[in-house]
Amino acid sequence: MNSVNISLKSEITSDVDWGRIRADFPILDLKIDGKPLVYLDNAASSQMPQFVIDRLVRYQTKQHANINRAVHYLSEVATQEYHDARCKLQQFINAREDREVIFTSGTTDSINLVMQGYGRKFIKANDEIILTTLEHHSNIVPWQMLANEKGAKIRVVPINDKGELEVDEYEKLFNERTKFVGLIHVSNALGTINPIKRMIDFAHRYDVPVLIDGAQGAPHMSIDVQALDCDFYAFSAHKLCGPTGVGMLYGKAALLESMQPYKGGGDMIASVTFEETIYNTIPHKFEAGTPPIAAAIGFGAAIDYLTAIGLENIAAYESTLLDYATDCLVQIPGVKIIGTAKEKTAVISFTIDGIHPHDIGTILNQDGIAVRTGHHCAQPVMQRFNVPATSRASFAFYNNKTEVDALVAGIKTVQKVFL
Amino acid sequence: MHTNSLYQEVILDHNRKPRNYGRLDQASHHAVGHNPLCGDRLDITLKLENEQICDIAFQGESCAICKASASMMTAAVKGRSRTDAETLIHEFRELTTGKLDTGHPHHLGRLTVFSGIRDLPTRVKCAILPWHTLHAALNSIASTSTEANNESTQAVSNHPFG
Ligand SMILES: Cc1ncc(COP(=O)(O)O)c(C=O)c1O
Repeated sequence: MNSVNISLKSEITSDVDWGRIRADFPILDLKIDGKPLVYLDNAASSQMPQFVIDRLVRYQTKQHANINRAVHYLSEVATQEYHDARCKLQQFINAREDREVIFTSGTTDSINLVMQGYGRKFIKANDEIILTTLEHHSNIVPWQMLANEKGAKIRVVPINDKGELEVDEYEKLFNERTKFVGLIHVSNALGTINPIKRMIDFAHRYDVPVLIDGAQGAPHMSIDVQALDCDFYAFSAHKLCGPTGVGMLYGKAALLESMQPYKGGGDMIASVTFEETIYNTIPHKFEAGTPPIAAAIGFGAAIDYLTAIGLENIAAYESTLLDYATDCLVQIPGVKIIGTAKEKTAVISFTIDGIHPHDIGTILNQDGIAVRTGHHCAQPVMQRFNVPATSRASFAFYNNKTEVDALVAGIKTVQKVFL
Repeated sequence: MHTNSLYQEVILDHNRKPRNYGRLDQASHHAVGHNPLCGDRLDITLKLENEQICDIAFQGESCAICKASASMMTAAVKGRSRTDAETLIHEFRELTTGKLDTGHPHHLGRLTVFSGIRDLPTRVKCAILPWHTLHAALNSIASTSTEANNESTQAVSNHPFG
């Protein structure tokens, strides 16, 4: 039933059988218009291995009930499984305690939780919030809403022509009014890996908490929140081979305890009268209502699956794919790669001279190749590079060189159509 | 459907050599159309005399589908009455959303090369943007968007972040 094609043990090895791992993903056998699917839109959402699908089926067929509410058998099983999923996440990011892991509906929800729970309580008029040019809209808009409400200011860290953060400029932005930093770990639009450890340490010199948007970090490298010493870390299950509808927020226990709840309802309370409500302890204080139980358990299974392969192995393999794809693409005349940071995940954003990204996406689709075209919810990045949009190929560990070759051939077809 | 049938020679040709490209100096009607989803922007100027479109021009940044649609549209409505243009706008919208019965008489002529777009819902807006913008110009609406309610997005995008 639980078919992981690898031993459930994490160690860096060079002999992972990536071909067999690919076979774990049933969707990759699809044909689009008769052509094999080449799925290169993993930064938007990754695919699900049979192992996770089976876990969801097992939950739904043998374990489902509401959690924390009843004494009957199924409710106890579901409650235990949900709790186990939380513990898997705790280990995955090396959090000190399981109560520091809050289930949310995804990265966006996690960031909004911090904005509502921390921002609205502690950020005041004229305070400053530091964000970067690389942020996804989900780590911009909530802070803009807060800034508008409170009369706070947003300061923006610039990037250089390679798409790397200008860390010196970041450091210059700090002053006694700086109250919060929102920082993307890995750029979804360009793949840039930011030097978050150094940036977190610097913010802490000013006692400023840092939220890391890890939506593109957690799927591609191992995360240790204690070593990073970040105050918050957020990501979504669906970019980590898990289901949609669930994500997590890590927060340091003391911070989470100091925050106000963001949603009110069942499960987040200790007691309710019409005069007063006493909130439950963390993490429950932030999990009002029935959570996405099935999705959270699927999230836990996805973590098991990735851990079994080993995030270090994944990072090393994806880096070879990135190098190969970059070498191939730079050789095509008219193709320009946007985002050439020294530290990158396997994301290639590109433009083709004279051809609009939407036309590129539609014609690649004709060959079964799925890329993302548009502004990638990162319009400030597009503005910085003076392009309305790019095409983006984003790779996962189940992709291979044959698929890179298909992309290269597809790009040549696009150029032929517009010759 | 085969995208081949969408990127046909007519469309590629109008993309390469757009007709009526530019801006009229003495336009009686003008509108700017946006597709906020892809950042496309189209500017339409036209001269209406006695309810006849005696001249029309377009310019902007857009994909091939949008540009070819705009080029073919300007060629189709030039010299026609406002009423004829509104009929074409209606029929083109019906065509690209798969609601037009091409078995019945219509006035679209070669514009039917865009029929394949109905199978690509994410691209329908690219083809419709010029028509949407023409409709706005004819009805003296200065700015329009493929996203019906863009009030709130505008409020946010006034911020330096965009
Ligand atoms: C860097 C980054 N942050 C945040 C998000 C938002 O994630 P979700 O849509 O799962 O809430 C994404 C997803 O596109 C992302 O890439």
